[in-house]
Amino acid sequence: MSVKPASSNRPLSPFMIGPYYKPQLTSMLSITHRLTGLALAFGTIFIAAWVTAAATSPEAYAQFAWAANSIIGKLLLIAYTWALVYHLCNGIRHLFWDTGRGFALKSAYASGYAVVGASVVLTAVIWVAAYL
Amino acid sequence: MSLRSPLSQARGLGSAKDGVGHWWMQRMTAIALIPLSLWFVFSLVRFPLLDHATMVAWIHAPLVAVALVLFFLAMFYHAALGVQVVIEDYVGNEGVKLVSIVVTKLALFAFGAAAIFAVLKIAFGA
Repeated sequence: MSVKPASSNRPLSPFMIGPYYKPQLTSMLSITHRLTGLALAFGTIFIAAWVTAAATSPEAYAQFAWAANSIIGKLLLIAYTWALVYHLCNGIRHLFWDTGRGFALKSAYASGYAVVGASVVLTAVIWVAAYL
Repeated sequence: MSLRSPLSQARGLGSAKDGVGHWWMQRMTAIALIPLSLWFVFSLVRFPLLDHATMVAWIHAPLVAVALVLFFLAMFYHAALGVQVVIEDYVGNEGVKLVSIVVTKLALFAFGAAAIFAVLKIAFGA
């Protein structure tokens, strides 16, 4: 028999995942959508810095370009690309759900796997294309 | 003056008092961001934009400047709406929640204004 947790220390979302709630593909993709959204929102600061540097002076822009071209800059850009592509693909999945379709368990899993695959493939395609 | 009855004006607004306004604008900006973000990533791949002269010439094209302004409007608006929902869902303390929402919204709108101004400055510049 399960024990009802005391009201003062009930597991609160999203910290119920693991001990109280078995993770599945659908719930993991849902939390990943939020996490990539937060990361992308934070990254908008760098997009603002990028165009502001370009509007300031060629020297300021050269500094930004140096940082973006560094190893850490490139790794962050690859991570940002994946976050953007994932949020875009899963966002289209959400817009499709908004029409009231695709909620059957089989469909939700199929579109979930499609989003994971598409996000990885598109990120790879973008970075290969950038160096061609 | 509205001809709608007080009851019909109050109905459907929910506990947030603005009805589906937040939800609707999140979807509107999401739909706008599908072509705009694809175009943005395509441009970053297509042109060597880390070169200052290339970047300035790129933004000088009127269609590019307009597309960038639209992209930034939709992106910062969408980010502000999305972060607000995450804060509302996970921050329990009312005071912390309110301050977090105010700070993130003002910051995102400030960054958005800076980004759009930078685009316009380059677009209108010599």
